[in-house]
Amino acid sequence: MNIIVAGDGKVGQAITRLLSQEGHDIVMVDTNRDVMEDNLQQYDVMTVVGNSATMATLQEANVEQSDLFIAATSADEINILSCLTARKLNPFIHTIARVRNPEYTQQLYMMRGDLGLSSIINPEREGAQEILRLLQLPGVLKRETFARGRVEIVEIRIPEKSILDGVYINNLTHALKGRKVLVCVVSRNGKAFIPTSETMLKAGDHIFVTAPVAVLSYVLKKLDVTQKKIRHAMIIGGGRVSYYLTHALVDAGIHVKIIEKDLARCEHLAEILPDEVAIIHADGSSQDVLDSEGIAETDALVTLTGVDEQNVIASMYGNAQGVAHIVTKINRTEMTGMIENLPIGSMVSPKELCSANVVQYVRAMQNQAGAAITLHRIANGRAETLEFVINECSRHIGEPLKKIRLKKNILISCITHRGKTTIPDGNSSFELGDTVIVVTNREEPILQFNDIFA
Amino acid sequence: MNVKYVCRITAYTVFMTALFMLAPAGIAFYDGETRNALVYLFVVGIMSVLGSVLFLVSRNFKPILYAQEGIAATSISWIVMSVFGALPFVLTGEIPRYIDALFEIVSGFSTTGASILSDVEALSRCNLFWRSFSHWMGGMGVLVFMLAVLPQTKKGEGSGIFLMKAESTGPSVSKFTPHLRQTAKILYILYIAFTIACAVFLLLGELPLFDSLCLALGTAGTGGFGILNDSAGSYSPYIQGVLAVFMMLFGINFSMYYLILLGQLKAVFKNEELRTYLGIILASVVLITVNIYSMYGSVRESMHHAFFQVSSIITTTGFSSVDFEQWPAFSKGILFILMFIGGCAGSTGGGMKVSRVLMLGKNIVRTISQTLHPRRMHLVKMDGHSVKESVANSVDAYLAVYCVIILFSFAIVSLDDYSLGTNFSAVVACFNNIGPGFELVGATGNYGHYSDLSKFVFIIDMLLGRLEIFPLLALFSPDLWSRKR
Repeated sequence: MNIIVAGDGKVGQAITRLLSQEGHDIVMVDTNRDVMEDNLQQYDVMTVVGNSATMATLQEANVEQSDLFIAATSADEINILSCLTARKLNPFIHTIARVRNPEYTQQLYMMRGDLGLSSIINPEREGAQEILRLLQLPGVLKRETFARGRVEIVEIRIPEKSILDGVYINNLTHALKGRKVLVCVVSRNGKAFIPTSETMLKAGDHIFVTAPVAVLSYVLKKLDVTQKKIRHAMIIGGGRVSYYLTHALVDAGIHVKIIEKDLARCEHLAEILPDEVAIIHADGSSQDVLDSEGIAETDALVTLTGVDEQNVIASMYGNAQGVAHIVTKINRTEMTGMIENLPIGSMVSPKELCSANVVQYVRAMQNQAGAAITLHRIANGRAETLEFVINECSRHIGEPLKKIRLKKNILISCITHRGKTTIPDGNSSFELGDTVIVVTNREEPILQFNDIFA
Repeated sequence: MNVKYVCRITAYTVFMTALFMLAPAGIAFYDGETRNALVYLFVVGIMSVLGSVLFLVSRNFKPILYAQEGIAATSISWIVMSVFGALPFVLTGEIPRYIDALFEIVSGFSTTGASILSDVEALSRCNLFWRSFSHWMGGMGVLVFMLAVLPQTKKGEGSGIFLMKAESTGPSVSKFTPHLRQTAKILYILYIAFTIACAVFLLLGELPLFDSLCLALGTAGTGGFGILNDSAGSYSPYIQGVLAVFMMLFGINFSMYYLILLGQLKAVFKNEELRTYLGIILASVVLITVNIYSMYGSVRESMHHAFFQVSSIITTTGFSSVDFEQWPAFSKGILFILMFIGGCAGSTGGGMKVSRVLMLGKNIVRTISQTLHPRRMHLVKMDGHSVKESVANSVDAYLAVYCVIILFSFAIVSLDDYSLGTNFSAVVACFNNIGPGFELVGATGNYGHYSDLSKFVFIIDMLLGRLEIFPLLALFSPDLWSRKR
């Protein structure tokens, strides 16, 4: 597919990386010549230097022959204008704009048609939603929802000397006293793999597990992960993610305290957020401030400053002070290798979340029927989970799984049949209309359901 | 440096060269020269073994390519190609001395067209073809061919651009499609199409198939190896005309042709480099025509020869339709200046490249304006876009290194005690990949009389000229070879 990516910030680059790995024809547009030069050496793309909102630049990027236009520059207004211009030049093009300003969100939804927007991405809001879902199920590091919320894949770290330490996969049900869980992916020493029945789980592994929610909480209890409900949350950094998150947390009845060092930003937050939110004008990277604002007593700590290092340090301090639930925002995903094993709780990267959404959009465009409905990248992008709905074109309908040969490194993690979710075994099968969740760590992308069969 | 990756790329180049060498072997078989055919097959065999060894050495290579690997792989590939490409000449006994054979093949690959042979017609047809074919291979580059045919090692990864940068001509590469492989493919498709067109036009002039092919290959690479002793002098005016036009076409940036295919004629007409290139040709032809009018007596004939020579020299091909040695000094002077300018960036031509000359001119204007108005912001612009400061500056550096190399080579070559004009024009002609110079190395002369040391200097100069100096010079930097980055 021919795709134009405008804007070469973090989001633009993440999108380009993922899409160029999938072999699309990508043209990058940005005004910064030097950055474009670097990109040319890093990715197999064409680059055009110029303002993406101008007709001349878009024509140079061959907008007439393109299928999709993604505007991810730092300015919302330019993104919207770019999409409008692209649509004017090519009425059949799909457009995705990144719009971050909360004040625009509502009206944009109404004006989508007039502005020629096929979709809007808002990394900060998506990040906030992700953080909220993590805080709702304390104890898990990551939480991906499928089948309209009926199925979850969660990431759990196996603590030392817990009941899962040293357990073989085929003994798992026994170790959990008959409760059935499926380990989809094991992430160990920076590598992600799909376990076989002979795989032994070790302390320190991060496992990605599918199970009904009730079983999950049993497992978490057995693993000695605290499950205290959150009443007080402390947020360090008052950016856009904080805004969206605070709104959601207040709605859930949680007391929120935001620490932000910029006075003007504090005033603005105080104006747009409900009154019960405590906004503290102080430097969140100072230990004194954190201590006096009661970091030791809070139930949850969310570090959302714009500086990754500050987030990591604050989260580690929170961990040392015994905060039960910690979420750390990481902007530069290339750092994840260095901080993976630090005690900073869950990591959330807004740009990764929204680039995964774009990839999903692209895959769906490529293959209207049979495409994945949702796509989540787990274990720092080393594995993917995809949700498919079985339609008439799907192969092997009704056959028991033990008779079907799948490609290597593919796992069917669960099948939802008429609202009931089962973890499949050899005798399970899928029927028309079922939802199937597939986990894979293959290099080449799975575009449609039939791709999983050998 | 990622040595394994360099080995892998070198292995591919060796395989490609071996593959191309099957063509002269086939011609030798067709001509019934079994011995020559076996010689070629033998060299193909050696190269296959070497390629396989390199291939095995580089198994489980990491596909990580940075500027260093790109530069090293390109330079090493070119050296290895030349070392083996020379073998058939020696083994067939037609150019018995290895240094001569190496000179001949480097002259071929670098699209220079300078020869050490005084009697070209004595060569067997397979060797003649190999000489001309080497021009074609070297013109667009074997690594670009490799990029076009080999599947990518890692999807979506753009580092192959380093190979393209090191091998293609001009201060910057234009990647005119999203995928590098596609760009390389389009370049080669255009290249092949133009070569065939040229051969067909030559065939229409009742030239035999073999001669048409050899001339077309030599023209396409802007090389200039002829198959007759008087280069292109004894061909009909029609054939000379075809050659002149095609030489000029091959001196144009290939991305222009792609733009024409896309129908973006406006961008082509507005291209500053192309306009300058055509302008220089037009001005030179007019000046030379006026200057040599008294020698030929008719405007048509003077213009014909003037155009042929100008087209041949500016594109650094080096065919000659007449012995321009006999021309007045002013005409020779113009041709000498054209030698330095060369073709457009992204063409198969050599020399400094028109775009560099243009940028140099603009740099000069800028420097003057800055001395007058020190606070004035003055950007160097090409085609309406400002040129990156580093690119603009690199052109100045290029000129400096270019001059140093010419002077240094000239000093060594002068040991041979020929006239100043001979020596200087020989160095300039080799370094700019033209072929013929003036006086003893002029249109009717050759390089056979030079000493081995001088020939070696010429060989290095030709490679430096083709790879545009820095990739080859970087090979001598200890930095490149240290294991740490």
